[in-house]
Amino acid sequence: MLWNLPFITVVVLTLIGLVTVLMKKNIVKILLGINILQSAANLFLIALGYREGGVAPIFTLAPSELMVLPTPQALVLTSIVIGVATSALVLSFAIVLQKKYGTVDLDKIRRLQG
Amino acid sequence: MTITDFLFTNAPALLVAIPLFAAFICPIAGKISSKVRNLWVMGMMLVTAAVAFILAYRVFVTGPVLYVFGAAAANFAIPLDSGGIPIRIIFTVDAMSAFMDIICAIVGVSVLLYSLSSESRNSGLEGYYTLFFLMIAGVFGMVSTGDIFNFFVFLEILSLASAGMIAYRIDGGLAVEAALKYFILSTLGAIFVLFAIGIYYGQYDALNIAMIAQRMQFTMLDKIALVLLVAALAMKCGAVPLHFWTPDAYSLAPSSVTAFLVVASQASLYGLFRVIFTMYNVTMNCVTVGWIIIIFGVLSMVVGVTMAIPQKDVKRLMAYHAISQTGYMLLGVGVGLAVLGNTELTSAFGFMAMEGGIFHIFNHAMYKGLLFLTAGAIFYRIGTRDLNKMGGLGHTMKYTMIFFMIGALAIAGIPPFNGFASKLMIYESVYLFNPLLAIIAMVVSILTLASFVKVFHSIFMGPKLPEYADVKEAPLPMLIGMGILAAIVILFGLFPQPVVDIIVAPAAHALIDQGGYIASVLGGA
Amino acid sequence: MRMSRIVRTAADLLYPAILIFGLYIVAHGHLTPGGGFQGGAVIATGGALVIVAYSYKEVSGWLKKNVLTGQEVTGLVGFIGVGLLALAFGQVFFFNYLAGSGSIFGVPVPYGINSGELNTAGIIPLMNFAVGIEVWGGLTVVILYMLSGLEKEGC
Repeated sequence: MLWNLPFITVVVLTLIGLVTVLMKKNIVKILLGINILQSAANLFLIALGYREGGVAPIFTLAPSELMVLPTPQALVLTSIVIGVATSALVLSFAIVLQKKYGTVDLDKIRRLQG
Repeated sequence: MTITDFLFTNAPALLVAIPLFAAFICPIAGKISSKVRNLWVMGMMLVTAAVAFILAYRVFVTGPVLYVFGAAAANFAIPLDSGGIPIRIIFTVDAMSAFMDIICAIVGVSVLLYSLSSESRNSGLEGYYTLFFLMIAGVFGMVSTGDIFNFFVFLEILSLASAGMIAYRIDGGLAVEAALKYFILSTLGAIFVLFAIGIYYGQYDALNIAMIAQRMQFTMLDKIALVLLVAALAMKCGAVPLHFWTPDAYSLAPSSVTAFLVVASQASLYGLFRVIFTMYNVTMNCVTVGWIIIIFGVLSMVVGVTMAIPQKDVKRLMAYHAISQTGYMLLGVGVGLAVLGNTELTSAFGFMAMEGGIFHIFNHAMYKGLLFLTAGAIFYRIGTRDLNKMGGLGHTMKYTMIFFMIGALAIAGIPPFNGFASKLMIYESVYLFNPLLAIIAMVVSILTLASFVKVFHSIFMGPKLPEYADVKEAPLPMLIGMGILAAIVILFGLFPQPVVDIIVAPAAHALIDQGGYIASVLGGA
Repeated sequence: MRMSRIVRTAADLLYPAILIFGLYIVAHGHLTPGGGFQGGAVIATGGALVIVAYSYKEVSGWLKKNVLTGQEVTGLVGFIGVGLLALAFGQVFFFNYLAGSGSIFGVPVPYGINSGELNTAGIIPLMNFAVGIEVWGGLTVVILYMLSGLEKEGC
């Protein structure tokens, strides 16, 4: 059961992130929910690469030759960069909306219907 | 080596490298002067379109083209000491990818010509052209890649650039709200795609599509991954239970961007078909998944056209019609998928259904792009999109009226235009599968025609209104951009059979043939 | 608003250290964890520290948006130029034409566990530098535009 702890954490973080994105009304809180979901996806990818007794996959002054898989770490680096770009864009939208409507509450901003 | 050899070998890499290079130099070109920027932008788009056509010619004549990034030679997919596993990022351009490349090249050139004059009154144009080239690089990368994590990266590039362009007019505030809604849904979909990629990597230790297809065993985890991918990609292309971003985003973006967003939605549709047909193929239960896609298609057709009828904003109405036409594509390919396991039914009508659905992708990009560009020309001249305020524009905007009429007749499926050819193939084959679905499709087509007759009458017919007394025709670059699309609508309507034989049938074959795809990446060098 | 004298002095002392640490992460990207994006983000964080300690009005006199945008474009063009240069040599796009060739960054990589040779790995350190410069310029420009967007009344 203890060996599955990373995957249980992934499920818990995904649920927290989904509930935040679906239930909250403030744009900044929705953005934080998206960040939590991305952290859950990144943790899932890294946890898939674990091998028993492995060390970090770097050859410079490595303690042993048995290493964890390096490919998921490259995938996660790309995903983190995408997360930074996402956060920057949503925060820019929030700044523009704050200037126009004076609030960042989605219930008060909603003008497009039908 | 000669220049033609160089272009033939390196075309897949140039297809993504040239738009990226053009996007990065746009800010500097903008600071020098605006004429230099216009020349740079137009020149680079023509070069990219030329490379796309050269690549498509090579694929249709000699077969799938491989390009391995960073290897010793371009088609060196499997390194000698890796034990038979392709380890680099590989671009696999087969006939279906070349088909989507042609669509993107034609619509890209038309939209760029159009936006040279339609955006000339706005400020902040370096950002516009930079994001536009990033969108083009994103679409070309999504449809040409053979590696599923690379597909995710290009999907995210496309989402970010599209969200930036939808929010381009920030002086209103409505466009930013539409872009925010689009972007949050898009990011949720992308995170689901990342979970599915994690599931594939954990089970099969491979990220290449051909490698996953070879090792696929359809366990319980694969079912979960299929559900996640279908949900996320159907959301990105505007199918019905998840279509809520489409009317807002399409109506509030600048018109040239909307015409290109149609192509971006179809690139996501391509991704959905690539996952279902090439990675899974007959290992899953084709009938169940086929019926699910058919139900998505029928719901999209019906909900799209019924929500379009009471609209007053002309671009919102066209956006609902875009949802409805996406339903036709899903219906055609869904019927083809449902009979995939049964060889005699496939050769009787399943293959024609798939050809109809794929041909409809091409036709829809052409006539829907043309309709959005005409709506943009009207907005450029009179400054409103509300149908109640328009009237009598047919007296002065004659070319725009002719282009709108061509687009409206094509979308309703009237004979000498290209909508009729693809819709006839869909009706015939779906009738042999289940007559009720074909009848629903025909009724939707009639309602589409009724809706566009109403729009045409209220914009162009009637007496000249006094407040529009000095409205002139649209400027020349916009007319040329619309003219390219209208010419293709007429041409493909008059001669559909050569088009189906040369372009559509190889694309449908390449989509069904999973063994051929795997052999082209892993079997040969 | 300007922070107190203690905060400003600490930011003055820390900024060069953060800058050199970020450049170290960029330069050793092919030997230790890190690389272009991580190093650039560290340097941009140092810039954010200076912006928080002094107020935005003072910093907008030192850090100009045009220079930083030019830095970002230089990094991007450098990155894609290194890849296209491989096409000019007749190889595949992004082929590592400097690895093992003896010129700049061309020493062959020693096999197995070693103590790290800086002069190896071909075009990878060049791409790391390009991405590091680009991310430094890009993230600082994003912070400056967000602050200027909050300052003016009505976009």
